[in-house]
Amino acid sequence: MNSLFKQAGLTALGAIMVAGFATGGAQAEGTIKIGSFLAVTGGASFLGDPEKKTLEMYVDKINADGGVLGKKLELVVYDSGGSPKKAVPFAKRLINDDKVDIILAGSTTGATMAVIPIVQKAGIPFISFGGAGVIINPVKKWVFKTPHTDTLAVQKIYTDMKGRGISKIGLLSGSGGFDKSCRKNVQKLAAGAGMTLVADETHGKGDTDMTAQITKIKNAPGVQAMMYCGFGAATSIVAKNFKQLGLTIPHYQTHGSASKSFIKNAGGGAEGVRLPAAALVVVDALPATHPQKKVASAYKKMYEAKAGSEISSFGGHAYDGLMIAVEAIKRAGSTDKAAVLAEIEKTKNFVGVDGIYTMSPTDHLGLDEASFVMVQVKDGDWKMLK
Amino acid sequence: MFAELLQFLFSGVTVGAIYALVGLGFAIIYNASHVINFAQGEFVMLGGMATVFFIGLGMPMPAAIFLAITVTVIVGFGVEKLAVEPARNAPIVTLIIITIGASIFLRGAAQVIWDRNFHSVPAFTGEQPIIIGGASILPQSLWILGSTVVIVITLHLFFNRTMTGKAIVATSHNPLAAQLMGINTRVVLLMSFGLSALLGSIAGILIAPISLTYTGVGIMLGLKGFCAAVLGGLGKPMGAIAGGLIVGISEAMTAGYLSSAYKDAVAFMIILAVLFFMPKGLFGGRETERV
Repeated sequence: MNSLFKQAGLTALGAIMVAGFATGGAQAEGTIKIGSFLAVTGGASFLGDPEKKTLEMYVDKINADGGVLGKKLELVVYDSGGSPKKAVPFAKRLINDDKVDIILAGSTTGATMAVIPIVQKAGIPFISFGGAGVIINPVKKWVFKTPHTDTLAVQKIYTDMKGRGISKIGLLSGSGGFDKSCRKNVQKLAAGAGMTLVADETHGKGDTDMTAQITKIKNAPGVQAMMYCGFGAATSIVAKNFKQLGLTIPHYQTHGSASKSFIKNAGGGAEGVRLPAAALVVVDALPATHPQKKVASAYKKMYEAKAGSEISSFGGHAYDGLMIAVEAIKRAGSTDKAAVLAEIEKTKNFVGVDGIYTMSPTDHLGLDEASFVMVQVKDGDWKMLK
Repeated sequence: MFAELLQFLFSGVTVGAIYALVGLGFAIIYNASHVINFAQGEFVMLGGMATVFFIGLGMPMPAAIFLAITVTVIVGFGVEKLAVEPARNAPIVTLIIITIGASIFLRGAAQVIWDRNFHSVPAFTGEQPIIIGGASILPQSLWILGSTVVIVITLHLFFNRTMTGKAIVATSHNPLAAQLMGINTRVVLLMSFGLSALLGSIAGILIAPISLTYTGVGIMLGLKGFCAAVLGGLGKPMGAIAGGLIVGISEAMTAGYLSSAYKDAVAFMIILAVLFFMPKGLFGGRETERV
């Protein structure tokens, strides 16, 4: 009785398999697997959460439009909580168990750096959403990234300062990873840009008041502008304190402040602040002729409709990563890893939401200073300069 | 020169007053149970975030503040009833670890219920800074200082003039004797959590217009408040106030005159130095232990 059922079951299974092969044919012999680990929860969830949502909604959209090379995309996402320690086993699982074709992952620089040796050894294309330049500099064969680096931001700011005849700046920075890296770049690039740092102040994590530091900058001899390297709530607090102390010198912040909540929470203090921003963040302020206007508006519309929350530039990193990967797979005509790698490196003039990418075997980011637009806060909104 | 000093002082006193209020919360629970409640910072966060939430619902500010305080006090009772009381016979260290768990839970819950962004609460009476002697101070800072003074006086009267207050003080000195005198020490513990939550939420609401509020705001404020409480002598309300002001002012002065990089280091060095010479804190006195 028992064995009879087994027999019947096996036969049926065989029949289904045969039928499957017959109808599917060469066209649907599987899916294209995209592996990811992101900081969906935890302290860096403001990065991982929009990244995950972006990947999910665009994978769905691409599949609804017929997939890539006639195959559906399949997304495997693990939550690394932003921890490099957790990212490592997830990367191994993606490569060995899930056998993914490409990895689009790593919300933070730390998690990205931790998995690079594994990815390099396995030989699988990896596009990271981590911020720091160290990810792709020096170039690692299989590793790419989509977000701008802080070096580009600082260069952009220095260019703007020079245009206004500013050469003596007071620097204030926070103590997070982004803040420190930005500060290092401000110091490193100063000499080349003809800038002198007349004050170099810092504040701690979670500090609630920076008037002491800003008073020092205010009284620094010859100071012509203040520059702030920081992120999150501190950006608004600095702007508030700046206003409270009645400073009138130009005030610069970085793309770390490029969110509407910076303006909203600064209580008028953000007025006049200049910063470099990704086109996505200021998409409404872009002129219709801007090359990224169309892509960025479409992404903003899609994200805000599906996720029900305001866009952040972080989700944009994931969008660009996914699209660059999909384009490369299409051009390669297969998911052969070496072919996809070669095609990613051939990405040329790809219009993403973060900028226009032109990669090469020696440039695994593909963005330059022009990918930032310089904006100023005016009447509580972004205004594009020039 | 003088304006600069005054500016640093304003900055230090404002921040210090908040540390003091958070420190007071630590002191009150420590008094009632010898537990260091590491969820104190979360009460600060809840006060601010709940105010933002209720204002977002369209409530007028006073109503939002009142409701936010009420919610936080209820959460304070909840932490005591659901987390601390069931384990009240456990060693103190276990209870302290439970409060750390409660703190992680509250922070996580707040992230799920609200969001992960930062929010501002409008200043109570405008954002126009007041200029005194060349230094500027925000009206909100005056609110913080004024409220701290009022709270300190009220607490003083409460602990010394009311039966309930005296019961808490008695329990802190000798729980067994207090129980024998007919004081319900379990109610005292419950009340002390409520009172700490009250103080924490007030601190959170007062600082929100200056520092903004987000689900992680309680971590650092809680830590600094704890330092204030230890510096002043754990369980001494006046000590927590003095401790908070010392930490706040020394931070601002270091940032202003030395280097902002050493700001936190100097504050912690003062704490180490004080504890080295006066292990019971500034207001700890020299208690002798009978063997």
